Amino acid sequence: MRIICPNCGARDRREFYYQGDALTLRRPAPDAGPEAWDDYLHIRDNPAGLTRDLWCHEAGCGAWLVIERNTQTHAIDSVTLAEKVKR
Amino acid sequence: MRYSGFEVIKEGIFGQKGWRPVWRNPDPKPAYDAIIIGGGGHGLSTAYYLAKEHGLTNIAVLEKGYIGGGNVGRNTTIVRANYFLPGNSEFYSHSLRLWEGLAQDLNYNVMHSQRGLINLFHSDGQRDAFARRGNAMINQGDDAILLDCDGVRRILPYLNFDNARFPIYGGLYHPRGGTARHDAVAWGYARAADQRGVDIIQNCEVTGIDIEGGQVIGVQTTRGAIRAGKVGIVVAGRSSQVAAMAGMRLPIESHVLQAFVTEGLKPCIDHVVSFGMGHFYISQSDKGGLVFGGDIDFYSSYAARGNLPMQEHVMEAAMTLMPMIGQAKVLRSWGGIMDMTPDGSPIIDKTDTDGLFIDCGWCYGGFKAVPGSGFSFAHLMATGHHHPPAAKFRLNRFRDGAGLMDEEGTGSQHNLH
Ligand SMILES: Cc1cc2nc3c(=O)[nH]c(=O)nc-3n(C[C@H](O)[C@H](O)[C@H](O)COP(=O)(O)OP(=O)(O)OC[C@H]3O[C@@H](n4cnc5c(N)ncnc54)[C@H](O)[C@@H]3O)c2cc1C
Ligand SMILES: [Zn+2]
Repeated sequence: MRIICPNCGARDRREFYYQGDALTLRRPAPDAGPEAWDDYLHIRDNPAGLTRDLWCHEAGCGAWLVIERNTQTHAIDSVTLAEKVKR
Repeated sequence: MRYSGFEVIKEGIFGQKGWRPVWRNPDPKPAYDAIIIGGGGHGLSTAYYLAKEHGLTNIAVLEKGYIGGGNVGRNTTIVRANYFLPGNSEFYSHSLRLWEGLAQDLNYNVMHSQRGLINLFHSDGQRDAFARRGNAMINQGDDAILLDCDGVRRILPYLNFDNARFPIYGGLYHPRGGTARHDAVAWGYARAADQRGVDIIQNCEVTGIDIEGGQVIGVQTTRGAIRAGKVGIVVAGRSSQVAAMAGMRLPIESHVLQAFVTEGLKPCIDHVVSFGMGHFYISQSDKGGLVFGGDIDFYSSYAARGNLPMQEHVMEAAMTLMPMIGQAKVLRSWGGIMDMTPDGSPIIDKTDTDGLFIDCGWCYGGFKAVPGSGFSFAHLMATGHHHPPAAKFRLNRFRDGAGLMDEEGTGSQHNLH
């Protein structure tokens, strides 16, 4: 699997760290309550098909990336800098 | 037919013509007392113990593919009881005791082979951790022996003991650990459940779960609607999809785990051996193939095939630990979809819907759990009470943060197990 980093171009999957579902960009408020924190930390849609997850180009530029990917085929549709998604 | 040495000899004499299919192939009935979704190891063992321990025989196992086509037929077959944390410890201990009587109980040779499991360690710190684990195993009533380097050398002379980076300091030896023939376990449970009246229905995918007034009333399938007041979800890597049919979201992410087998060789590896400094473990099947594996690929996947980086890691670890393996040719590799929980421990629980139960989250370690999980899940479905050895496998531990069982001590987070 190769991932096209917006900063570095196409790189081997080995250079990237997988964090998980991109919902981790939406951190609840500290006092949001146990349900909200359970959703954030543990509960996952876990789709068989299109997913959006968060990766870090840790052995490259170090940027966090939001990747749209198919969990059944491993095909990657888009890679966006997380800072652009988050903003 | 009851299998016995006598039958084998008789069939040998009379040309093997008397063998019969080992389970019926019934059409689904319109209604059952209970339905098990998923005909993997856990679903089949649940059905068997529902019938055997609780007298519930008007039940069906609905399998979307064929029996043995899921993870139960894809795993590396290691059976052990070397868990450490309360909750896991008593559960796997109970499961191993069920394994020890399984072939007799099912009247089916599951080829359970207690050849001994050796987890190697490569530093003083690791030795301390393994000594502690061994003590926990002895306390739970199982067996563990701490071997020093010479002790390991006597039984595993073919390892590379003096690797410059990862010298072998010793190993934790679990004599009752071993392997079993994975698909025989599926077939044996299917046959034994069928003999007690359970309908095993293959090519029957559940596409919906019907709920009325907070109570489950049945399921929709590719072979029509089927009614039942009790439904158990036991679908491993597909847990999130099936739970969603009941409006549930789970603390589960599905990941691919790969395994490898070499060409058949003369017997050379008599135990199950795991490397302590990389993800690699190995045993030899009765056909002679070296069966080995490593860790998950570490990103969510339903592709049932893996990627090269983990294959490379596993091969490198194999060469580091036992250079002789370089002589063997790898025949095949494959992947299975693992239902990973944040803390790496499973779930056997009721749901918010009356009559709907769930058994999932076995991660990469659910083969050894097949007897114990079926036994405990059947107990929960039949009686409504948690079976003591599995009583800590609750869904709410994630929300409440109490009772998390992070066996590896890496943190309770999805991408760490
Ligand atoms: C490569 C590999 C190595 C492993 N090694 C080990 C090991 O050495 N030791 C160990 O203890 N564990 C091991 N495991 C883990 C173990 O195999 C699993 O945890 C366990 O088999 C999962 O439970 P199961 O047998 O019920 O799953 P499965 O056999 O996957 O059963 C689930 C079934 O549900 C069916 N299903 C899904 N959706 C539906 C639907 N909508 N309707 C009807 N049916 C449906 C599927 O078709 C499938 O047959 C390994 C796994 C893999 C992949
Ligand atoms: Zn980059």
